[in-house]
Amino acid sequence: MSAKLTTRQVGDVTVVDVAGRITLGEGASALRTTLRDEAAAGHKKLLLNLADVSYIDSSGIGELVSAFTTVANQGGAVKLLNLTKRVQDLLQITKLYTVFDIYDDEAKAVGSFA
Amino acid sequence: MEEHALQLELESSLDSVDSAEETVLKEAGELGFDEDDLHRIGISVRECMVNAVVHGNRYNSKKKVRVSIARTPAQIIVRIADEGDGFDPTAIPDPCEGENVLRQSGRGVMMMQAFMDEFSISKLEPRGTEVKMVKYKTDTSNN
Repeated sequence: MSAKLTTRQVGDVTVVDVAGRITLGEGASALRTTLRDEAAAGHKKLLLNLADVSYIDSSGIGELVSAFTTVANQGGAVKLLNLTKRVQDLLQITKLYTVFDIYDDEAKAVGSFA
Repeated sequence: MEEHALQLELESSLDSVDSAEETVLKEAGELGFDEDDLHRIGISVRECMVNAVVHGNRYNSKKKVRVSIARTPAQIIVRIADEGDGFDPTAIPDPCEGENVLRQSGRGVMMMQAFMDEFSISKLEPRGTEVKMVKYKTDTSNN
């Protein structure tokens, strides 16, 4: 399944529910476009729910990092929610596990934004 | 001794990335690798193919990517070769070091090295680069 992204608001936090394969091409592009649009709209509190991400490659990880740095430079934050074991392993291997704030409880994640 | 060898010649396109991944995973599945190892093999093939298509052949329709898949009962051996100008693997910045962690790209080789049991890069003559990756079957992968 290629990527599917939907957004919803929980207070002033934008939750982006990501599903499918985030790989070079359609999936990574969709992620990039969605996050870029949210940042452009002034949404600086972004919580990416990755529970249904079945597969992510280095391009997909690159888009996560790009969003992280872009939004941080704008005074906001990108945080991650519900990592699968495979995504968690990838973030650990790439040393990104300690870069992102990662949660497995949405309410806690939402509450963590300043 | 390698058994059951398969050779593919693919276009320099993203469709070829999917095709190579699917073919290698089919072979690895028949060999009995478990789901976690299949995932690691799949990602490694994908990263390697992307490098060959995007960086090696630069999407040049006149250049092919050659994929060779060989099996023994204990391992799968994948070779992926492009027809590009080549590169210096030692010049790749360590993506886990310092500010490189926040770079958008540059993690592919590191991921392949982490996920596969053997990984090597060779310069081909007269042109091109070949990556060889090997994954061993572990006890948990045996049916």
